[in-house]
Amino acid sequence: MYRARDLHFPNVTKLVAVKEMINMAPDPLVRQTIVQNFEREANLLATLNHPAIPRIYDYFSEDDRSYLVLEFVHGKDLEAIISDTNGFLPEEQVLSWGIQLCDVLSFLHGHKPDPIIFRDMKPSNIMINSNGDVVLVDFGIAKTFQSGQKGTMIGTEGYSPPEQYRGEATPLADIYSLGATLHHALTRRDPRLEPPFSFAERPLRKINSRISPELEAVVSTALQYNPSERFAGATEMKDALMGVARKTGALSKIATTSIAPAGGIKPIWTFKCEDEVRGTPLLHQGVLYIGCYDNNLYAISAADGKFQWKYATEGGIVSRPAFYEGNVYFGSEDRRLHSISARTGNVVWTYFADGRIHSSPRIADGHIFIGSDDQSLHAVNLNTGRRIWKFDADDQIRSTPFIANELIYFGSESGAFYALDFRGTMKWRFQAKRSITSSPIAAGQSIFFASVDSTLYCLDARNGWAIWRYRLGKGSVSSPALSEDYVFVGAADGFIYCVESHTGKEVWRFRTEHQVTSSPVVYKDSVYCGSVDGNLYCLEYRTGRQRWKFETKAAIIGSPIVFDDIVYIGSTDHQVYALLA
Amino acid sequence: MFEFFRKLFSGNGEEAPNERAITAPLSDQQIQSIVYNQNVQFETQQLIAAIGQSVGKQREHNEDSLVAITATLAGKASNIPFGLYIVADGMGGHQFGEVASNAAIRVVSGYIMRKFHPYLFTIPTQQPEESLQEIMESAIKESHRVIQKDAPGSGTTITAALIVGQQVTIGHVGDSRAYAMHPVGRLEQLTRDHSLVKRLEELGHLNKEEAANFPHRNVLIRALGQGESLEVDVFTIPFPQNSTLMLCSDGLWGVVAEQDLLRSLSDAPNLQRACQNMVSAANTAGGPDNISVILVQMIG
Repeated sequence: MYRARDLHFPNVTKLVAVKEMINMAPDPLVRQTIVQNFEREANLLATLNHPAIPRIYDYFSEDDRSYLVLEFVHGKDLEAIISDTNGFLPEEQVLSWGIQLCDVLSFLHGHKPDPIIFRDMKPSNIMINSNGDVVLVDFGIAKTFQSGQKGTMIGTEGYSPPEQYRGEATPLADIYSLGATLHHALTRRDPRLEPPFSFAERPLRKINSRISPELEAVVSTALQYNPSERFAGATEMKDALMGVARKTGALSKIATTSIAPAGGIKPIWTFKCEDEVRGTPLLHQGVLYIGCYDNNLYAISAADGKFQWKYATEGGIVSRPAFYEGNVYFGSEDRRLHSISARTGNVVWTYFADGRIHSSPRIADGHIFIGSDDQSLHAVNLNTGRRIWKFDADDQIRSTPFIANELIYFGSESGAFYALDFRGTMKWRFQAKRSITSSPIAAGQSIFFASVDSTLYCLDARNGWAIWRYRLGKGSVSSPALSEDYVFVGAADGFIYCVESHTGKEVWRFRTEHQVTSSPVVYKDSVYCGSVDGNLYCLEYRTGRQRWKFETKAAIIGSPIVFDDIVYIGSTDHQVYALLA
Repeated sequence: MFEFFRKLFSGNGEEAPNERAITAPLSDQQIQSIVYNQNVQFETQQLIAAIGQSVGKQREHNEDSLVAITATLAGKASNIPFGLYIVADGMGGHQFGEVASNAAIRVVSGYIMRKFHPYLFTIPTQQPEESLQEIMESAIKESHRVIQKDAPGSGTTITAALIVGQQVTIGHVGDSRAYAMHPVGRLEQLTRDHSLVKRLEELGHLNKEEAANFPHRNVLIRALGQGESLEVDVFTIPFPQNSTLMLCSDGLWGVVAEQDLLRSLSDAPNLQRACQNMVSAANTAGGPDNISVILVQMIG
């Protein structure tokens, strides 16, 4: 293996790994087979796109040598990590790698048309990169599995399951080898120095008593002699490991230890305003609308960040715009709700509240609903800009109303949370201990919001009874996001939290370097959220593992939006960024 | 051949007379029952519930306990349904199995009802401090302590459903079960058994068939009154729509097949009879254990 520099890119240092194989076989037929095997590895790797599998750039053969040019993985292999560590590796660390290895195995085993069996899972084939994440290397013998086919015996003694010695390779063989790898990492006992298949005689906790019984059970299931007694697949094993992590609380530790240095993420474009951008953008038909503390609302082309128009108000804009039939609606600290033409940026009408507007408009049923510092929720006619009614709360309303079940939900700075019907009559009210700046979101029959009283609430959307309360480390003005069975929210203690929506139990938490006032956004299998530490984070939403982060030059207070694989975010460094999701 | 196709696609050609249609005039009774069934309307949602219990055919003592409380809560805008339903199955091998299940029912329902007392019987002046899930969890943990003090060595399962409005909060320890019985004839288990056999199945040591024949099917890995700390499963779901909520002990679910449980419900004219049908089905199958069942529906 060589470490090399790619000269195609003279201006940047791009490191690649070059794998060299010298072909010394005298028989031309054998030589040809070896080259074919090499090229098969190259072709196989080239089709695989997964963060834990190195990318392949090129391959070639010259005389009796063949070369494979791969992504260079900064880091250390697991075997070296095990032998260089004094004492045992922490359980949560090994658990986190185990979960990631299950992920990549499910990816390989789910390969179409035929599953790929890695066949050589062992510590020396696992790189831990500088982010602390696993990367599988040496696909030399990874083999597309054809059912019923007997292969030749390849694999590393000690890590290979009994059936591999009989020439069978199935996804369950990889499960066994993963079990053996985890066993090695947790006990420091190299299975190559032990009698084959003797793991049952060396239970984890007998060697390392600090390991949880739950993890011991999972590893022992993976190491069953009889394949049918192991996990049915890598996904099942991952679920079991996740279960251990949830139970032992390891997941939160995993998430907090995997802070990675800022990667080489380059924005697609940036757009500079004249003051801080604290608001959240709206994207409609290729145009990004975003408010700024230079008092302007900007319309920017989403494709290239080109300026379209701006509309000046007389106050800072934090309100997130809403779109309806050709017009854009938003509030400003100039106490007005503005309706302007999305195409030209010309004013259609303005509506005066009696206080500054930090809330964002919500449109339903021909009305706009918006809160104001004048302590009222205003219902305004969309076409005329005239007031239909207003509801007087007992404090400023900075929360953005949410509409579901024919009710309007919002919080106030007094800590009161209201549910109104479309006539502006209160249906129920709930009292938190401190202000509710966070904007609610409903799913099914539950409504979720956070409060400065350090609690994430789940209420019954129909009657306001508290279903569960989740304790945050500090208060929160971040608005929750939902996905499947999870609720995500940020808090002033710097964490982004993931909580199960039916039980209010923590799934993971991720530590940023400063307060999180930004609201998370879920897109595909990632959650995106800004932090006052200046970074936009992209996390894997099931585990809280960091995928990447992007650093702006000042605090991020607003929230991102994601559309067509592009994330848009404003920062108090005066810029708006478009990044590849 | 052509005739065959014409029959198949008769919709395109002339109408084929439907020979199966019965057009005989309906009796007054039939008409009344149709009209009656079409006019079932309840302005506000409400709960109906029924219970069934039997000592079974082979035990001398009843170690199961249950409670069913159905009410409404006076809300600000409207009255909302309130219900508390609990099944507890005292552990047979231990002394005082009935003492344990009885204590579980008394302590848990007492704790929860005290929390709801102001909302049920006086005019509430302020919001409840705790959430429904916190109330449920504290109630079960309190009963755990009481059982350890009053009946040391004994144990019990508990499956409790607290309904406020249209959502059910379920607290669960052991191998009694909560099910949603769906009208299409499907039984959905809402709780997860804390039993050795289920654990081994989850760990992949046993497949379904081996699990069914596992000799220690009644060994629990979590029970109220047993062990130092207790982990309680608590979750909240919308009340299963157009379905029936069933709570029962293993004297019912372990003995009567799912299909027979569903049939007991669909064949019965009302919930009370459905409970009796289920209890008789368990006794007909030998009645090896105490039998407890609660059925709850939300109407309106």
